[in-house]
Amino acid sequence: MSSIPLTHILFVSTALFFIGMYGLFTRRNLITMLMSIELILNSVNINFVAFNKYLYPDKLNGVFFSLFIITIAAAEAAVAIAIIINLYRSHRSIDVEETQEMKY
Amino acid sequence: MNYSSYIALIPLLPLAGFVLLGLFGQRRFSKSAGILGTLILLAATVLAFYTAYNYFFVSGKVNGVYQPVIALQYTWLQFSPGMSIDMGILLDPASVMMLVVVTFVSLMVHVFSLGYMKGENRFATYYAFLGLFTFSMLGLVLSTNIFQIYIFWELVGVSSFLLIGFYYDRPAAVAAAKKAFIVTRFADLGFLIGILILAFYSGTLDFGTMIQRLTAGDSSQLAQMTGSTFLGISILSWALTLVFMGGAGKSAMFPLHIWLPDAMEGPTPVSALIHAATMVVAGVYLVARLYPIYQLNVSVLQLITWVGAISAFLAAIIACTQTDIKRVLAYSTISQIGYMLFALGVPAYSISSGTGYTASLFHLFTHAFFKSLLFLGAGAVIHFIHTNEMGQMGGLRKLMPLTHLTFLIACLAIAGIPPFAGFFSKEEILMTAWQSNRTIYYIALITSGITAFYMFRLYFCIFWNKPSTHHNDHGEGALNMKLPLALLGVAAVVVGFIPFSQYVPVDGRAKEMTIPISFSIAPVAVALAGIGIAWALYYKENQRPQQLAAAFGGLYNTIRRKFYFDELYLFITKKIIFNGIAKPAAWIDKYVVDGLMNGLGIATTRVSESIKALQSGRVQAYAIYFFGGVIALAVVFIYWWK
Repeated sequence: MSSIPLTHILFVSTALFFIGMYGLFTRRNLITMLMSIELILNSVNINFVAFNKYLYPDKLNGVFFSLFIITIAAAEAAVAIAIIINLYRSHRSIDVEETQEMKY
Repeated sequence: MNYSSYIALIPLLPLAGFVLLGLFGQRRFSKSAGILGTLILLAATVLAFYTAYNYFFVSGKVNGVYQPVIALQYTWLQFSPGMSIDMGILLDPASVMMLVVVTFVSLMVHVFSLGYMKGENRFATYYAFLGLFTFSMLGLVLSTNIFQIYIFWELVGVSSFLLIGFYYDRPAAVAAAKKAFIVTRFADLGFLIGILILAFYSGTLDFGTMIQRLTAGDSSQLAQMTGSTFLGISILSWALTLVFMGGAGKSAMFPLHIWLPDAMEGPTPVSALIHAATMVVAGVYLVARLYPIYQLNVSVLQLITWVGAISAFLAAIIACTQTDIKRVLAYSTISQIGYMLFALGVPAYSISSGTGYTASLFHLFTHAFFKSLLFLGAGAVIHFIHTNEMGQMGGLRKLMPLTHLTFLIACLAIAGIPPFAGFFSKEEILMTAWQSNRTIYYIALITSGITAFYMFRLYFCIFWNKPSTHHNDHGEGALNMKLPLALLGVAAVVVGFIPFSQYVPVDGRAKEMTIPISFSIAPVAVALAGIGIAWALYYKENQRPQQLAAAFGGLYNTIRRKFYFDELYLFITKKIIFNGIAKPAAWIDKYVVDGLMNGLGIATTRVSESIKALQSGRVQAYAIYFFGGVIALAVVFIYWWK
């Protein structure tokens, strides 16, 4: 277990972050974009936990941070889905390209 | 005797009348406004006469010297411990005398207007304005300090403006109101600068303190003001000249006299009140207020003398050629105020005591009565035949007996025929001039002859000359128009007998002023000669005036066009000031100031037009910008931010 070096874990989290980023930029479906954001948040969680484990094994700060992030992610998902449902009701679509009214 | 219990009511009652009639007059009191305003003023007049009685006969004298009394003092704006603008009431012989004059003439005008202005559209507004004027004028004469006088000075200017422009649907009246306001404002600019200089150097605004500090021989303030010079003239002379400039503007002195004849566009009773008896003498009053300071400054007094003498002479000549009866009276007002001013100034040429001061204020006093009487008489005539032109009048003596009688009394008074009021005051002025400067005396003597001539030209043209062509359809006027004429007529006879030097001497010490009978011969003879010439030319309708005018041709026209002063002013303003200053200023305003602001606006619009596409409404584009920003910051922090 301890033989896995930190860099490997960081590599996983970086990969996860950019996958999420890519999804956020390319997907047109708002639900999928929300899922991408969850991926980004989870990559951050991994970072927190990994650094906590390797740099300060006697402390729990990083773990608590990730707990907070999970909570906030849940709340954010609730809000985002509420917005998406409302959007669907007014536009009959959840395609992000269809909703461009809010501009100059 | 304590004045403070009622003295404030004298100016405040007309103010209350103004507020009441100004706010509710047109709706509530459209018929009763006149009675209401007159009653309010009657109360103020009674109080003013009571004050005068108290001051002159009961409690004013301490050890035989009239003391200035500060009846009320209220600190209004405190700048520093030693310097504040106060509002107060000062009683001294001059201000109490003015108090009587202003309230009495104003009351007469109020009563006269009941008949004259009856049926006017803005009857209540008219009485409101009269109240405002009376309040301001009373505040002016009762001022304790020079700044208070300035405030009320401007207030009388405003009320004069409002009343000249009362017939605001007449373009001539509007133009005259503007002209009066602009000319006097221009003069007041000098007044204000003068006040500021005086206040800066003497460290006070209060008249008493200022006079004390600037007249005591060993005072540091006086030394400072006479010591420092600007353009070779001492600061004190500058300050006094500038203050006098304000006075000259208000009193329509040459060369700022151009507004007064035009101001006759206002209702005639207003001309009687403002432009004959009270407001226009404010300049004289102002110089009289600061007289102890002026007295020490010979060069400024000489300036005042010559301005007064030239105004008196020129205005008298112009009056001979005018055909509008109100304009004749206006020029005669300028001429008489010129008398008052040179009477103040002429003692500079000798080491005489303050006879000029007394003579000047005495003439102011008598002039107020007979000149307002002349104007009200002219008002009655205009009311009767509906024109101002002398050519269309004539033979009115049978139709308007009372007006005829009172007008004759006033003409005799202004011509200086004994025993009418003007004789006494004019004698004192001439006596002062005789003792001080013979040139001025001869100018004054000639002027008094011309005065007699044009006044009787007016009188004969109105009441004699040709037979009347007017139908006596509505009578001479109601009682409310006759009563003021009669009262002022009596006043014009009797006020000359008041031993004025007993009551209004320069330093409060009563003086005997005696004029030998032999001295009076020359002025009276000159006046009689003037009357005789007028009689020869105008008693019966004939061709002599026209022939005379034709004989003098160019000179006559120059005078009739008022020496082209109006044209000169128009040339200066329209050709020089408009083209030389106003147009470049307008160009700078239009292209530089406005251009800068418009340029800023245009630049902002352009920039926002070009970048507004960034806000596209596409959420993912925003996300990319955001991410790009983060990357850029990361690069900056990692590689450059060491």
